[in-house]
Amino acid sequence: MNPVFWHRFQFAFTATYHYLFPQLTMGLALLIFVMKTLGRRPGGEAWNDAARFWIRIFGINFALGVVTGIPMEFQFGTNWAAFSRYAGSVIGNTLGMEGLFAFFLESSFLAVLVWGERRVGPRGHWLASLALFVGSWLSGYFIVTTNAFLQHPTGYALAPDGTLALADFWAFLFNPWAIAEYAHTMIASVVTAAFVVAAVGAYYLLRGAHAEAARRFLRIGVVAGLLASVVVAFPTGDRQAKLVARWRPVALAAMEGRFESGPYAAITLIGQPDVAEQRMDNPVRVRGILSFLAFGTFHSDVPGLSAFPADQWPDNIELLYYAFHIMAGLGTLLILLSGLAAVQLARGRLERSRPLLWALMLAFPFPYIATTAGWLTAELGRQPWLVAGLYRTQEGVSPLVHSGTALFTTIGFAGLYVVLGILFVFLIGREIAHGPAAGREASHA
Amino acid sequence: MRELWFAIVAVMFTAYVVLDGYDLGAGALHLFVARTGDERRHVLAAVGPFWDANEVWLLAAGGALFVAFPRVLAAGLSGFYLAIFLVIWCLVLRAVAIEFRSHVADDLWRHFWDVVFAVASALLAILFGAAIGNVIRGLPLDRDGWFALTLFTSFGTAPPVGILDWYTVLTGVFALVALVGHGAVFLVWRTGGAVAERARRVAGVAFAVLAVLWVVVTAATAAVNPELFGALGHRPLAWLGLLLAVGGLATVITGIRGNRPLASFLGSSAWIAGMLIATAACLFPVLLRAIPDPGLSITVANGGNTAEGLRPALGWWAVGFPIALVYFVVLFRIHRGKAVAAREGEGY
Repeated sequence: MNPVFWHRFQFAFTATYHYLFPQLTMGLALLIFVMKTLGRRPGGEAWNDAARFWIRIFGINFALGVVTGIPMEFQFGTNWAAFSRYAGSVIGNTLGMEGLFAFFLESSFLAVLVWGERRVGPRGHWLASLALFVGSWLSGYFIVTTNAFLQHPTGYALAPDGTLALADFWAFLFNPWAIAEYAHTMIASVVTAAFVVAAVGAYYLLRGAHAEAARRFLRIGVVAGLLASVVVAFPTGDRQAKLVARWRPVALAAMEGRFESGPYAAITLIGQPDVAEQRMDNPVRVRGILSFLAFGTFHSDVPGLSAFPADQWPDNIELLYYAFHIMAGLGTLLILLSGLAAVQLARGRLERSRPLLWALMLAFPFPYIATTAGWLTAELGRQPWLVAGLYRTQEGVSPLVHSGTALFTTIGFAGLYVVLGILFVFLIGREIAHGPAAGREASHA
Repeated sequence: MRELWFAIVAVMFTAYVVLDGYDLGAGALHLFVARTGDERRHVLAAVGPFWDANEVWLLAAGGALFVAFPRVLAAGLSGFYLAIFLVIWCLVLRAVAIEFRSHVADDLWRHFWDVVFAVASALLAILFGAAIGNVIRGLPLDRDGWFALTLFTSFGTAPPVGILDWYTVLTGVFALVALVGHGAVFLVWRTGGAVAERARRVAGVAFAVLAVLWVVVTAATAAVNPELFGALGHRPLAWLGLLLAVGGLATVITGIRGNRPLASFLGSSAWIAGMLIATAACLFPVLLRAIPDPGLSITVANGGNTAEGLRPALGWWAVGFPIALVYFVVLFRIHRGKAVAAREGEGY
């Protein structure tokens, strides 16, 4: 089989798996910092207890984020060597900055946050939670900026040897695409963290265990979940969609399964794209909405795929279409659920609304699925390019690494990651079963 | 500018080997110096708060290499493909072992992860040593600046070469002994009691073996890459590195005998840093030496980026590097004094 397939498969698999962990830890770092800050007020000790529980969950997730992140750093060179040579003078900047500005900060203070509360005291521990929040959010910026360069390259020039050179550092670092993508991505990670915190709170309340802590988890989870799931759609998701419409119209057409151009473009709520026949089967559509979302007016002309040469079309239109719709659909569901929960919370009735608690408990996978689908949308929408408009994906693979070797390491990752997944479920399960109340003092025997 | 980046990359990789080196070494030998559960925790208490930050030096050095010499990163990582994946899997398993070992109070669970920690640490030391051996021996770069090495061929140093041959296996073993010694003096300095006493004995043996191996490796290197020593004549920095290495080694050996743990650790650090500085100074300006045609080597001149392109990178590096050093000072201040094994559920 074509080695490009295995290189793409391996990167997609390891990146998707990796991002299950940072999407929680980045959002959770913010919530832990909030809890630690609330815990510093007089009488706030209960928030400190809550933070202690979530720091344990954070520590396990963070460790897995680190170990699944290491392969990603190497894979630029191992599997995508031609691309690394082509773009290293540009994206080497953000990847290098991530190490220097973010990873050192996170790695130096992780152990202080997880194990060092007694050693450094309340103020030092609060500072450690700030360090992890700032470090992980900086890390997010550098990696999103690297991705944004692939989606919409800025600040570069073509060097005489045909590779990319950095022409304008600030234009590269503050790529408008990066700022929109960063806001959308980080808020999405808050959605994940908030729903996980709320789900654990709901679980404890339904079981009648750790009621005091559970109320706290629900409060912070539902409030943060509502705020974040609204902001992830508007303005950040909206802004992202408008950038796609402006700079990558062919990707927008594929995301919507839109084959023909025209004004009053409809949004497709559900339907099955038939790419060979260039039509949508069983469509449920709302007229004019896509025009409005893309350009702000109902009558705008939104180009369809037929407006572009076929060699510019994303190469997996079906999956791209479903990924985008799953993200948008689940995002809507999360707004409704957290909105309902917030209303009941404000009325003081959330604790007694058992069906709602059940829904909150079972909803925690949805932000993970929505976020994964969002990244699939971004990355499949970028195809057939590795760097949009400049460099095609198949040009980027390591020229001398053949399929047999690439498949060997792919299988190796599959095995290793199954083991990591089992470990993760086992350790997190123990922590949740153990519960928050016993806190730091308890033995974990 | 590109020459400066050669130095920056060399300094960052050296920092990585000196810092992560002691926790790799401690990992490789902990089964022998720490026998009981409490003793194992004593070792983990000494390296636990530091290993992750130490390992970031590898990623940060890789980032500097990426931006300054993308052709080197691209050719090197894809050319050593399978060895790099061994490195990745060892890094992953080792991190999991350190982080998750103490989460479950069960002897079987802990013993399993202790063995994983030891094997992965030892294998990483050997692989890193073999990597340096490969760079010194030379790589079969083609006209486009690519190479692909299988893990082994005939174990000879003449083309077609593999990643492992008699010379690179020798440098791998050399690195393992050096890091075991380094880890041992670290444990003498940071722990106490039975662990420190056993580590002191290991260190004595390791550095004696190392002194002998050094002679062997030097002779082997002269046979495999004679030009390397030819450069010594006009590289004062290489002499400085060698002086540092010799002084460091003398300090360790007398430090172990005279029971001066901090001096031994600093001596061991100086030894490693001196050796790497001398090697880098002799290799300069070559980053990846090509065999059999040295004209195909990747050097600072054709490594990828330009002086102009590296100016902004020097800007962020000059801001970020001192900040990283401050974190290390803070980290060491927080964990100053001898490490104490954590109680159940309270630490590594």
